[in-house]
Amino acid sequence: MANEVIFHSIHQPESWKLANYLAVGGYDALKKVLAEKMTPEAIIEQVKLSALRGRGGAGFPTGLKWSFMPKNYPGDKYLVCNSDEGEPGTFKDRDIIRFNPHQLIEGMIIGGYTLGAKAGYNYIHGEIWEAYERFEEALDEARAAGLLGKNILGTGWDFDIHAHHGFGAYVCGEETALLESIEGKKGQPRFKPPFPASFGLYGKPTTINNTETLASIPYIVKHGGQKFLDLGKPNNGGTKIFSVSGHVENPGNFEIAMGTPFSELLAMAGGVKGGRKLKAVIPGGSSVPVVPAEIMMDLTMDYDSIAKAGSYLGAGSVIVMDDTVCMVRALERLSYFYFEESCGQCTPCREGTGWLYRVVHRIEHGQGRPEDMDLLESVAGNIMGRTICALGDAAAMPVQGMLKHFRHEFEHHIQHKKCMV
Amino acid sequence: MLSPESLKKIDREIAKYPSGQQQSAVMSALRIAQDEKGWLAPETIEFVAGYLGMPAIAAHEVATFYNMYDLQPVGKYKITVCTNLPCTLMGAESAVDYLHRKLGIGLGETTPDGKFTLKEGECMGACGDGPLALVNNKKICAKLTPEAIDAILAEME
Amino acid sequence: MLNIEIDGKPFTAEQGSTIMDVAEAAGIYIPRFCYHKKLSVAANCRMCLVQVEKAPKPMPACATPVAEGMKVMTRSEAAIKAQKAVMEFLLINHPLDCPICDQGGECELQDLAVGYGTGASRYAEEKRVVLNKYIGPLINTDMTRCIHCTRCVRFGQEIAGIMEMGQIGRGEHSEITTFVERSIGSELSGNAIDLCPVGALTSKPFRYSARAWELTSRPSVSPHDGLGANLTIQTKNNRVFRVLPRDNEEVNECWLSDKDRFAYEGLNSAERLQHPMIKRNGEWQECDWSEALEFVASGLKRARDEQGEEQIGALATPHATVEELYLLQKLVRGIGSGNVDFRLRQSDFRADASRQGAPWLGVAVADLNRLDRVLIVGSTLRADHPLLAHRLRQAVKRGGELSLINPVDDDLLCPVAHKAIVAPGAMVAALDQVRRALAGESSDEAGQAIAASLKAGERKAIFLGNLAQHYPRYAELHALAQQIAELAGAKFGFLGEAANSVGGYLAGAVPAEGGMTAAQMLDQPRKAYLLLGVEAELDTYNPAQALAALRSADLVVALSAYKHKALDYAHVMLPIAPFTETSGTFVNTEGRVQSFNAVVKPLGETRPAWKVLRVLGNLMELAGFDYDNAEQVRAEALAGDAAARLDNRLKAFGAKAAGESAGGLQRIGEVPSYQADAIVRRAPALQHAAAAGAAVAWMSGATLARAGVEADADVVVSQGGGSAMLKAKCDDTLPAGCVRVAAGHPATAMLGGMLDEITVGRA
Repeated sequence: MANEVIFHSIHQPESWKLANYLAVGGYDALKKVLAEKMTPEAIIEQVKLSALRGRGGAGFPTGLKWSFMPKNYPGDKYLVCNSDEGEPGTFKDRDIIRFNPHQLIEGMIIGGYTLGAKAGYNYIHGEIWEAYERFEEALDEARAAGLLGKNILGTGWDFDIHAHHGFGAYVCGEETALLESIEGKKGQPRFKPPFPASFGLYGKPTTINNTETLASIPYIVKHGGQKFLDLGKPNNGGTKIFSVSGHVENPGNFEIAMGTPFSELLAMAGGVKGGRKLKAVIPGGSSVPVVPAEIMMDLTMDYDSIAKAGSYLGAGSVIVMDDTVCMVRALERLSYFYFEESCGQCTPCREGTGWLYRVVHRIEHGQGRPEDMDLLESVAGNIMGRTICALGDAAAMPVQGMLKHFRHEFEHHIQHKKCMV
Repeated sequence: MLSPESLKKIDREIAKYPSGQQQSAVMSALRIAQDEKGWLAPETIEFVAGYLGMPAIAAHEVATFYNMYDLQPVGKYKITVCTNLPCTLMGAESAVDYLHRKLGIGLGETTPDGKFTLKEGECMGACGDGPLALVNNKKICAKLTPEAIDAILAEME
Repeated sequence: MLNIEIDGKPFTAEQGSTIMDVAEAAGIYIPRFCYHKKLSVAANCRMCLVQVEKAPKPMPACATPVAEGMKVMTRSEAAIKAQKAVMEFLLINHPLDCPICDQGGECELQDLAVGYGTGASRYAEEKRVVLNKYIGPLINTDMTRCIHCTRCVRFGQEIAGIMEMGQIGRGEHSEITTFVERSIGSELSGNAIDLCPVGALTSKPFRYSARAWELTSRPSVSPHDGLGANLTIQTKNNRVFRVLPRDNEEVNECWLSDKDRFAYEGLNSAERLQHPMIKRNGEWQECDWSEALEFVASGLKRARDEQGEEQIGALATPHATVEELYLLQKLVRGIGSGNVDFRLRQSDFRADASRQGAPWLGVAVADLNRLDRVLIVGSTLRADHPLLAHRLRQAVKRGGELSLINPVDDDLLCPVAHKAIVAPGAMVAALDQVRRALAGESSDEAGQAIAASLKAGERKAIFLGNLAQHYPRYAELHALAQQIAELAGAKFGFLGEAANSVGGYLAGAVPAEGGMTAAQMLDQPRKAYLLLGVEAELDTYNPAQALAALRSADLVVALSAYKHKALDYAHVMLPIAPFTETSGTFVNTEGRVQSFNAVVKPLGETRPAWKVLRVLGNLMELAGFDYDNAEQVRAEALAGDAAARLDNRLKAFGAKAAGESAGGLQRIGEVPSYQADAIVRRAPALQHAAAAGAAVAWMSGATLARAGVEADADVVVSQGGGSAMLKAKCDDTLPAGCVRVAAGHPATAMLGGMLDEITVGRA
């Protein structure tokens, strides 16, 4: 079942070309929707049945999200694809765009049809310019083939997609920051409510989905929601692309069934690099709490299993760390990242991320004080849940996870002014 | 202020958005302006703002919010190295050290001849290929071993 | 209506209101910094976090909509914990420089830190330092103190109508600034000082001069424009130190124009006249009041007895109080002359005979925000009426349409639906096109567009601005506005130029049958003049003519708060109190009667003008001058229903069109905002503000060519025998054949009519 839904042609030459996508049944789902004049309700029904959950990290059921869009809204509506992939450890959307852009485009067109959107925007992470260019080329191909733009497949229905290029701001991965950014502003998240489904891009109803989520849609429409669900496990339908980085022999993306044991995924990535001992794994991107090796090896890769271990599947971004890693040093770098990427809007995040970083930095550099442990927990706790968007939580959770599982390393740093690893 | 080619590119970006929403093109317009001028001087930002009919300070907010814009002159080749955790686990520190030795500059510095600038970057979303560098905001260079770095630098003339 | 509970008490709330809205209405204080009732909700400071039953995390009261059955706890342990945590974050990078901070004692952060802060900081790292920014002569910055609430930024975007400040950078490195430290140009900029909850933005003129708790606050009313913004004036040691807004939702809301706020510096000017003075043998000599008043009374008697009472004329500034204007006209009429007027910059008085009441705004000020359709004729709107312009911008933001017939195309900071930018001489014709279109006659494109706009909508109005009121064919504009209003079902009115543009009429300070208007008194020089707060070369329509008339008089009595040009032509100068040193009344442009008391004692030998005029009445042995206090004067002046005396309609006005100029260059002589009255023109900080502008000769490129001059070159402009050397500047939005040269400005004070012909030549 590996590479079943999205990466089916990833090893074919020029898999990103329209002709090659068509050769493997690409755009069949769109043709089916239009030929059968499927109702939006019917499509949403299949998406709900598939148990597809948002692949951007939050895991919100996609079918339910789509059902929030007002149906009879008189003005314009928008569909936005979130390819602003900047969470450390996450790199799946880049490969979807690079190797299978048309499946994303097809998913977006079906989404636009289902949601009654006037246009779609794909917000692409700033640093992956080559992916942005490839996506633009794919859009041109689709337009030239009558699959996109005016009068799609002769049905008289118009829907266009445009690429919006980010320029280096992690917070724009947050959906309302991303909308602000498309509007040509700083990427500062909006307070919700109102939610994008009622007040989104340009103040119009808008649905925002992750790249992988939208790229899964053609499969669901073509084969039915049940088949997608059956690929994974209940409430965790489908395959999922896991991005494995860090101390493994073969880092990369692996599209596997939801619920696959972590040990199998690790083996696919060639195991721990150099045959060293696994120390810990950050299973869902840098924002989620770290999980020690002994717990991780017993988990399966799905939303529910990882959540039970006190962490999150996130976007399926697995950062593997061997026994040479100093957890204080690791947290210092992550804390610097959130300090650097805080948008500056909410007081707790703007002021607190710098505080966290500076304290961890001191500990790492032999300047720790005994009271720093409590201080870190307290400051992290005071950021958690107090900000407009989840970046505050994302800055707090790594601190909380590290202190929970590797407190002794921090204490050692503070007492001995040096690392125990 | 900007070349006809740049303005044409900006116009193409403006056309992506609904009429009256030309401010949506500011990120691309600043990127295009930076590609032409090398960096974003205040007058360049003001020109872009005027072209899009938005307040200069709003364009300045954008130019200072997204970290791939350069508000100061940079070298002909800007090499941004990701030092975030996955890249560090995969050898970013050695890559930075090697670049430092080869170019004689540290992160945040430019060679005296104005050829190279080294910058510290945040996650580029390609961690599987780490350690990573991004050249002139466009080209991702993967798996930065000393040999790979030598090859990249050899291409830069 | 929804039922909710806050702190255990039940409340009903409207759908869509926030927890903060309900709490505010109920008098429950929730701490906040970024929230402001007049600005959009940012929800960024997080100080207003409260506990909401069943919510997993604390919610910001300012942004959380209420829902049926919601239970809110603003003071629970969880709420207080969240609020205290936010306070700690706010303080870690805030300097502990309260002892040297101008905001000390009136600082929202300081006040709340008392309740929510702790004695010592847990933050042991290096604090952030932010370089200060230069943003102009009015606002001082101490940016390390900034807590990033963005009230100032939102104020610019949402109220001032122009985004001049922004927050650049991100995260902890975010900084509030203007674009590359440019000066703020908005005429409403000072409000950012009030909005700033900390000492990051403070008043530059006030800086380091006093502590908040040393100041005495007294209510007053602004004399600077027709709105009569409500003021709190702060004084110490009998001196005005600061002016702040006093909330009045129906007048100025919580805002002030920069003119209202910073003009007070002129009250403390070194040019203040502090002693009565008599000119003897060409020398000015200080004297005591009785000597000066005797001199005036005997001079007036001599003029009356020797030259005839019609040789006596009285001119008053429209910024004078109702009491002063009333007693001036009573004095002059008591002497037997009907020559009294306060409309110094008006040049066309043909409508006087057809007037049915005092011309006024025609609608309530507070209703401006809700207009659907507006036509403005002849106005430098933002400069002349900063807060009315703000209200009209809000109307446009609500979906209203604003159209314009104007000689200048200044940025109104809001979309203008239709406009005809025409020479002053073509305003009548342009307005007539609108009338024609509404009457179903053939008309031009602009006329049709404006007419179509006015036909739609429910609430609509036509306003004549200062340029229209000064224009030599004002009466025709007035009559046309009336006809258009009738045709379109709109209100029509006048944007009052000065504090008592309406009050002057109610006080009777205008000539009746047989009396002379301001223009007539200066065109046909009188032997004796009484000047109340008048600086003839700056305050009249035709300074050259005014100065000539005054110089030829046998007696010029100048009642003034300042020593000024009258030293050249007056024979006696009497120091009178500015509005801060006397009680008085202004009737604003909507007819609102606003009385006020002195906030400080008169400076030196200065006396309130109403008292001076009362004594003069006594010395002239006139009946009815035995007042004990200003209230008695006011009661007499405004007897009856003031509102009933407001009426814009003309009866049977059929004036023939006045002749047009013979094709020479036409001057557009507007009065710069910060030169408009005696106090503001002596306020140094405002004179350096971007909105002050410079006296230059603006012309379109074509007009520059026609005049044979080049942009940025020095040119000589001449009118009425006077000439001035100015810089020529190009402004292609100006109509052809027009030269925009400010009036009321020292650099142009020797020129002639504000909207008359002008010649331009090489220097």
